[in-house]
Amino acid sequence: MKLTGAEILCEALTRLGVREIFGYPGGAILPVYDALGKSKLHHVLVRHEQGATHMADGYARASGGIGVAMATSGPGATNMVTGIATAMLDSSPVVCITGQVSSKVLGSDAFQEIDITGITMPITKHNVVVTHAGDIARTLREAFVIAKSGRPGPVLVDVTKDAQQATAEFDWDACTPKLPPKRVRSNHDQAEFERAVGLLNTAKRPVILAGHGIMVSGAMRAFEQFVRAGNYPVAMTLLGIGCFPAKDPLNLGMMGMHGEAWVNNAIQEADLLIAVGMRFDDRVTGDLRTYAKNARKIHIEIDRAEINKNVNVDAALVGDAREVLENLTPHVAKRDHDAWIRHINELKGDSAVRDIQSLPDTGHLYAAHVINDLWKETRGEAIVVTDVGQHQMWEAQYYHHDRPRTLITSGGLGTMGFALPAGIGAKFAKPDSEVWVVVGDGGFQMTMSELATIVQEKINLKIAIINNGYLGMVRQWQEFFYDKRYVATPLVAPDFAALANAFGIRAERVTTRSESISAIRTAREANETVLLDFRVEQEDSVYPMVPAGASLHDMIRRPQNPLVETASDA
Amino acid sequence: MQTLVAYVENKPGVLNRVSSLARRLAINIDSLTVGPTENEEIARMTIVAHTDERGAHRLEASLEKLVDVLLAENISGRALLERDLALIKVAADQQNRPHLMELIKVFRARVVDVAPESLIIEVSGTVDKIDGLLEVLRPFGVLEMARTGRISMTRGNDLLRPPLLDIESSAGEPEVSKVK
Repeated sequence: MKLTGAEILCEALTRLGVREIFGYPGGAILPVYDALGKSKLHHVLVRHEQGATHMADGYARASGGIGVAMATSGPGATNMVTGIATAMLDSSPVVCITGQVSSKVLGSDAFQEIDITGITMPITKHNVVVTHAGDIARTLREAFVIAKSGRPGPVLVDVTKDAQQATAEFDWDACTPKLPPKRVRSNHDQAEFERAVGLLNTAKRPVILAGHGIMVSGAMRAFEQFVRAGNYPVAMTLLGIGCFPAKDPLNLGMMGMHGEAWVNNAIQEADLLIAVGMRFDDRVTGDLRTYAKNARKIHIEIDRAEINKNVNVDAALVGDAREVLENLTPHVAKRDHDAWIRHINELKGDSAVRDIQSLPDTGHLYAAHVINDLWKETRGEAIVVTDVGQHQMWEAQYYHHDRPRTLITSGGLGTMGFALPAGIGAKFAKPDSEVWVVVGDGGFQMTMSELATIVQEKINLKIAIINNGYLGMVRQWQEFFYDKRYVATPLVAPDFAALANAFGIRAERVTTRSESISAIRTAREANETVLLDFRVEQEDSVYPMVPAGASLHDMIRRPQNPLVETASDA
Repeated sequence: MQTLVAYVENKPGVLNRVSSLARRLAINIDSLTVGPTENEEIARMTIVAHTDERGAHRLEASLEKLVDVLLAENISGRALLERDLALIKVAADQQNRPHLMELIKVFRARVVDVAPESLIIEVSGTVDKIDGLLEVLRPFGVLEMARTGRISMTRGNDLLRPPLLDIESSAGEPEVSKVK
């Protein structure tokens, strides 16, 4: 069957199971858009190509599948860069398709020509230029395999306009992926494995560091069996949240810069750390010289390049988290670790009791209240997509996720502007789920043009703006480390409710704590997108905090006053 | 100094990916050579990098993550044969020519071009040997030099073979919407 390259591209995407494409048309990708119109694929018109990549990313993270973004050449492609880097740093499988000028003028600085494969080389798992119609189907199939296999990541396929226009024979069965063969490394190193088993069965103070890799490998059940087998306390990275139920008594919560004190102290006092699908990022280790000095370390990780990168480990089990855990669990001797777990619970007692709802209403609205209300009202069952900054940390602290893929956030790159578009993508992946976008007033203003996408697509999203009139996290750093010189952090914002109304979106402003729950309820009941502008306390800070570069146990703790939540208040 | 060998797909852009990766990891490359192998679809690289064992591990593992890299291995510390080749154009007149010829003989180098006022000397061997010859040639006036950079091979039964290209990718195709 003879088809044009553009038709082949749409046909291949359809056969690969794609339903939605997030994109923006332009000259060099027009043949594909013409073919899109004749296909069954649903195209979501974004307002900026960065939004397209975040939507594809949110789609991938919420579904466990692959998100697809599309843009034209030149500025369309360069606008994707931040979204691609975001997906790269969080190992999210996104396939980006960009149009490119005709192969005959490649390299001539033609109108809207840019070397996007050159630009994105360090921020994609792989990228490729396609100049022949006959190569499109195979290349796309390969792109999907690469994006999803091993440690996932974004792949960019740049298709020249002449390749889109030319015709070629389309034979799906003949164009199976043909990737270069890789050396088969034996992932099962018996000596390492036995060393790990020995460490597991002799540890007195073990702590698991649970990361995103557990979700990526679909290892939730294997992980739970492993945790139960050894009765291990579990600390989570930001992206690991959801891989193990928050309500489980063995779940300590998030570790790291804004992890609770008992979590970080447990890590510092541990004699064994079992890292699963996490990469010892500086935000979770603090100063490496003082990090978990007394602990031996086991690292279960699919990416060999992560082994001994930041932290030297005693046993490295390279492989898919699920496979490794399934192999490991039968060798774990049942131990109660009672004294150790009791000790951690004592550490908890020294910190805040987390029932912030029972604190007296002083009339102030704190972000922590809003998040906590949101958690209670949604019974912890919503998909929450957060942006970057204080609200992101409060969400991680006060919204307790029991299920995987229900917290979607930009962890590695820390991309402001991520939440709204990623939330739209998540909603497309999970149309029947309640999706909340929790975003600061700063990040929201970076990509708020996507409100129009919501309206055009008629989707039902809930948006909670945690509006404190500052670039809050930066303000907090200025407060702590720059003597309260608030340079460039006070932030003027439009009236978000009026703005939403101008887009045709229902909205409400919430200024007191007593209004919070009813506003959330009203928003949830509405069968359409609702935006809530929560005007929260302006100079609130996220506690505890490990200053950048400080030791993990060296935390700035919650002050007694003025404070949202302390043990004594509760 | 660490020495790595990589087998890569013999196609445009791969060298760029490899060098770009080293730059991204902040690893300084001392020498990088690339050439075809007995299989025309596969090229072999020898990378000599200014880094420690830890850096070399990271470079090796990161290289192997590149789709176009079939195999990467740190061969530092193993029994190696290493060769560098240089063409050195040196000033030579009637008077010092005999002296030069003596030196060339000692270094087992050879003259590959003779001109009235210069010679081109070809020398191959270890880096030390070439550096040594260069040192003694300097007083004569080195006019131009081209060096290939190092190529390395492990000795004897220590084989480093590329995986075969003719096998189809075994990875299954993923589903776009895994969780329904």
